[in-house]
Amino acid sequence: MPASAPRRARRSGPVVTVLGGVGLALLVLPLLGLILRAPWAELPTLVTSAPVVQALLLSLGTAALSTGACLVFGVPLAVLLSHSVHWHVVPRRLLRAAITIPLVLPPVVGGIALLLLLGRRGIVGQWLAEVGVTLPFTTGAVVIAQTFVAMPFLVFAVEGALRSADRRSESAAATLGATPGQTFRLVTLPLVAPGIAAGTVLCFTRALGEFGATITFAGSFPGVTRTLPIASYLAMNSDPDVAIALALVLLAVSAVVLLTLRDRWLPGVVR
Amino acid sequence: MTLAVDLRIPRDAFQIVAAFEVPDQRVLALVGPNGAGKSSILSAVAGLVDATGAIVLGGTAVTEVPAERRGIGMLFQDFLLFPHLTVRDNVAFAARVRDGGWRAARETTEPWLARLDLVELAERHPNALSGGQAQRVALARALAAEPAALLLDEPMASLDVEIRDDVRADLARHLREFGGPSIVVTHDRDDAAALADEVLVLERGAVVQRGTLAALAAAPASPWVERFTR
Repeated sequence: MPASAPRRARRSGPVVTVLGGVGLALLVLPLLGLILRAPWAELPTLVTSAPVVQALLLSLGTAALSTGACLVFGVPLAVLLSHSVHWHVVPRRLLRAAITIPLVLPPVVGGIALLLLLGRRGIVGQWLAEVGVTLPFTTGAVVIAQTFVAMPFLVFAVEGALRSADRRSESAAATLGATPGQTFRLVTLPLVAPGIAAGTVLCFTRALGEFGATITFAGSFPGVTRTLPIASYLAMNSDPDVAIALALVLLAVSAVVLLTLRDRWLPGVVR
Repeated sequence: MTLAVDLRIPRDAFQIVAAFEVPDQRVLALVGPNGAGKSSILSAVAGLVDATGAIVLGGTAVTEVPAERRGIGMLFQDFLLFPHLTVRDNVAFAARVRDGGWRAARETTEPWLARLDLVELAERHPNALSGGQAQRVALARALAAEPAALLLDEPMASLDVEIRDDVRADLARHLREFGGPSIVVTHDRDDAAALADEVLVLERGAVVQRGTLAALAAAPASPWVERFTR
């Protein structure tokens, strides 16, 4: 790295400081409010109450399953996407657009679209219904909705890692006798592991927080499709304390996932 | 085992045309101005880029054989050590992909680690190595694959000037011990003198001259050769 002349530390102007401060407050104050207003005394009882535990387990289970589905299908999709740079411009852009759309689409729209495809009278759903498979308003529907919403996060994280990994390492592996499959497993995959880990974390937390697509496509049946975010929203009308407790659990799970996975998985390249 | 190369590689401005042989235990230096096509020839011989023509190793045409089954080792300019593997596992890599299983592969590395003075560094990762150390690891990794021929792409280029003389002498010794044919791409006269038996000069994709450094200096075929040998 070229040595640069020592520079004075840049000072932010007052406008930047004030606006940036307001931005930070917008991000932090709501969470602070949630923590300050939490019914701490009753919290242990609330958090261990049956509806909360039920929603928590359902959320963790479905988010884990959808994250697994995102990994199984999303990593190959990311490989495809990274190979698409050699394709003709039209299919290349179509592929990228198809993966980007769920990212920018309001999740409710995704839920409606899933219902139109897989609902009992949906394009694919009517065939499934004939063989006795009903997806909407089942736990499976929750997993599908979460996968739909979360997969693009994983695909783009992995694609970015694939693009920055040195392709010439694969050449080196080939001259040492590694088949393309061995090269992928022993060289490429470990090199993109940090990207996969980051994508998995994003994917899991996104799936955990999924609301719009889930409630549209899977509804809100306790123990079947009522995940933490849905349970928390519904409780706001009936019992705000329960809603706050549910929200805190969600916040805690997200925080724990981010903290543990960041330190354990992300430093893929060892010092 | 003789390495015989007769290649045509299309380029934007010109076509690389090169035909030469390198016998066992001989080192051929491929020299020439930047962009003459030296590294392209090396990549083609290794099987990493497509080329038309023939690459014959010990009487067997390997032109259509994929890189991983060609038995030709390569030392890359910036060594391309696997950053996620220790020195030992970098050296064990060829055995790992040949026989499967890291444990057995690691056991085969001892002689190579000893031979290239890497025993102390075995558990380090590549980013904790100096340039000279990284070059030795890359050489050990390539030799441990027991290649029939060895290609070296600018092996000295990424090393600090102060250590070059020592590293060059070491590399020359290892190349003599290797036993198969070697091709070393370089732009440095001292490297060619220390590492190679013969020099092949390439300019704009064409072979301009071949011979010992002394023969080239005595009758340079082009102004570039004259400057190179001076």
